[in-house]
Amino acid sequence: MKFPINVSNVVVALVALGLLLLPVYSALTGNIFILTLFTRIVIFALAAASLNLIMGYGGMMSFGHAAYLGIGGYAVGILAYEGIGSGFIQWPVALAASALYALVIGALSLRTRGVYFIMITLAFAQMAYYVTSGLSRYGGDDGLTIYKRSSFGGLIDLSNRVQFYYLCLGCLFGGIYLIWRIINSRFGMVVQGVRSNEQRMQAIGYHANRYRLVCFVISGTICGLAGALLANNTDFVSPAGMYWTRSGELMVMVVFGGMGSMFGPVIGTIVFLLLEELLSQFTEYWALIMGPLLLLIVLFARGGIMGLLGRLDRG
Amino acid sequence: MMGAYFAATFVAWTGSFVLGILLALGATLLLGILLEFVALRHLYGRDHLDQVLATFGLILFFNDAVRLIWGPAGLALPLPAWLTVPVQIIPGVFYPAYRLSIIVVALAVAALLYIVVMRTRIGMLIRAGASNREMIGALGINIKLLFTLVFGLGAALAGLAGLMQAPILTVQIGMGENILILAFVIIVIGGIGSIRGAFMAAIFVGMIDTLGRAFLPDLLRMVLSSAAASTAAPALSSMLIYLLMAIVLVVRPEGLFPAAKR
Amino acid sequence: MADPLAHPLLRVENLVRRFGGILATDNLSLDVAPGELHAIIGPNGAGKTTLISQLTGQLMPNSGTVHFAGRDVTRLPSYQRSRLGLARSFQITCLLPDFTAADNVALAAQAHDGHSFRFWGSARKERHLRDAAQAALTRVGLAKRADVPVSKLSHGEQRELELAVALATKPQLLLLDEPMAGLGVTESARMVALLKELRKEVTIVLVEHDMEAVFALADRITVLVYGRVIASGEPDAIRNNEEVKRAYLGDQHAVTSHG
Repeated sequence: MKFPINVSNVVVALVALGLLLLPVYSALTGNIFILTLFTRIVIFALAAASLNLIMGYGGMMSFGHAAYLGIGGYAVGILAYEGIGSGFIQWPVALAASALYALVIGALSLRTRGVYFIMITLAFAQMAYYVTSGLSRYGGDDGLTIYKRSSFGGLIDLSNRVQFYYLCLGCLFGGIYLIWRIINSRFGMVVQGVRSNEQRMQAIGYHANRYRLVCFVISGTICGLAGALLANNTDFVSPAGMYWTRSGELMVMVVFGGMGSMFGPVIGTIVFLLLEELLSQFTEYWALIMGPLLLLIVLFARGGIMGLLGRLDRG
Repeated sequence: MMGAYFAATFVAWTGSFVLGILLALGATLLLGILLEFVALRHLYGRDHLDQVLATFGLILFFNDAVRLIWGPAGLALPLPAWLTVPVQIIPGVFYPAYRLSIIVVALAVAALLYIVVMRTRIGMLIRAGASNREMIGALGINIKLLFTLVFGLGAALAGLAGLMQAPILTVQIGMGENILILAFVIIVIGGIGSIRGAFMAAIFVGMIDTLGRAFLPDLLRMVLSSAAASTAAPALSSMLIYLLMAIVLVVRPEGLFPAAKR
Repeated sequence: MADPLAHPLLRVENLVRRFGGILATDNLSLDVAPGELHAIIGPNGAGKTTLISQLTGQLMPNSGTVHFAGRDVTRLPSYQRSRLGLARSFQITCLLPDFTAADNVALAAQAHDGHSFRFWGSARKERHLRDAAQAALTRVGLAKRADVPVSKLSHGEQRELELAVALATKPQLLLLDEPMAGLGVTESARMVALLKELRKEVTIVLVEHDMEAVFALADRITVLVYGRVIASGEPDAIRNNEEVKRAYLGDQHAVTSHG
């Protein structure tokens, strides 16, 4: 592993350090809000990282990733409602449900390409939204309150803000490390190759869609974990969290940070959510600014923030 | 959405249903042209993700702009008296005049579009331009203007759809997206790239959706207990068209009415 | 040499392929014997690339069959044919632009070295894959350019890389679609020398326009015009074939003999 000293790496190191020390800052200044804000940011960064795996490295533009946040969340919520409060059961179920959903949706959607793939992933995620809206037993439209967070015996107390934050951060760093290893493995090379030139890869002997599907499932599973974390964070889960605009926001976080860069999703999520928070303080109508900003970024800063930093590095 | 909002506003201003609608169509056309000129023309040739994200940004913007200008609650578009009378289409069967007019207008637009796109010179230029933009430009046709106008026309047609359903359904923020997603499902079921497919699938999906929601609860009750049926029915009926799309993808991925191979 | 056509490595029978109203492959039959270098020539538009694509699976014929090593591969997808030992280089360079030359070749080697559902160990550190890649690159003369991204390679180097990638899959049959297209004189000569070596190890089907190379290398030549075979046989026979001369040159006689 080579880590040259350049602008990009310094920024990444500083951000990582900042995230690690945040609870210390929060304790010193008595600012609880920043801790809860960043817990949310870290969870979404994990979701964005999972999306980046298939978007940036796999070339699959999924506009339906919010579905996994919802499935992971509802797994926790429904089990909690039915009296099963143990995280040791809830979280594996969340992961398994997300994996299964990704497997089915992926197998169907990967029969298409390009904008149709985007459309279909969007449609299937909306389907998840409509289905959960119809589950009246679990709150339907109004959502489901989670009265007690996932319990892990005496190992860790999720209702303790600091412990929960470090758990989420651990999941984020662990998730990114896992993605890094996957990308550099045989499997990851094939997936990137398929993104680069599918016809070439098929010609040398790789069944492109099989690799894409497995990548899709891995991504959905990681996002399901983020969903379980999110449900614990808000003590609440509702269909609205799966509305298609949420999927769009995840895509924006990935693009803001820079698609196909390892730490990009973290930076993109931080920037996006902080911006959203900041703008909401000024105006109710923050989308009036965010919308055109997104448009400008798509037009002029395609590589996102990591792309801009990279340009600085190259001089 | 813009079509519906414009219509509601203009009809209220002018007091005339027909005039309000015409103004709304004009306004939507202009809006489409403006958007194409300012933003969208820079996206031709970009990959799909860029186009999707850019339009997502625009949707976010417009949803909030509408909320700012017209407020968060929706608007109403009342029908004039002459459109609310029931019409006897078969002896003994009465159908509201307005719904009849929606069907008539939709068919007329479909026919008009077909004639223009397939049978006129302009239509040929549009099809050719979609196929190979530079070539048409090289032939001396102002391709930029053509595409701008086509986009404006498309926007006006979408506005027409929005305002037509306004009196019976809704004028609210985000109304466009639900239809958009439905449109995706229809396109996949009908066949990507097939206009005939979109037409047939739209009718097919509409029927399945309506009939499904109407009859599924009863159908379920025949097999499941009443309690289980009432829990499962709403969820299942909303899933119906997506299930249909999934089946089409598995069995016949090119769609039920695929575009003719050239 | 025993009758090579008794057990052809590749047997094409009555292949037909239409594109709308155009008949690109017109009832084409062809045999390739194991160990031979079989050239396919023909004027532009003869359907040579269409034929190659149907042989390797990028395109499916409307009717007819393709048998490779006794197996019917007519409807097999390209990745399965590759696994059976059929390798191809593309006429229009078809490489992985985001990767280096070595990565391109290593991925080809990897495809034929066990499965690739390994998620943890770094693929770039697999010694034997990297060595195999380096070996293939050395053969085509690109050893020094191994770590250069494909986008920075010259056109000639990219054509050589195409060949290296095909070689790394350890094929039984190598289908080369105009490997010398766009190459300069030195590079072409180098390619011809390389092919002369390779023909001793692997059966080759060579689509080429460069007539010097074709007549220097081929054991047998098949001539395609408008998707049909108009002549097939040894180079001398082809050289003197009236129909072939007419197809290429009108009535002029420009295909001269080479040693």
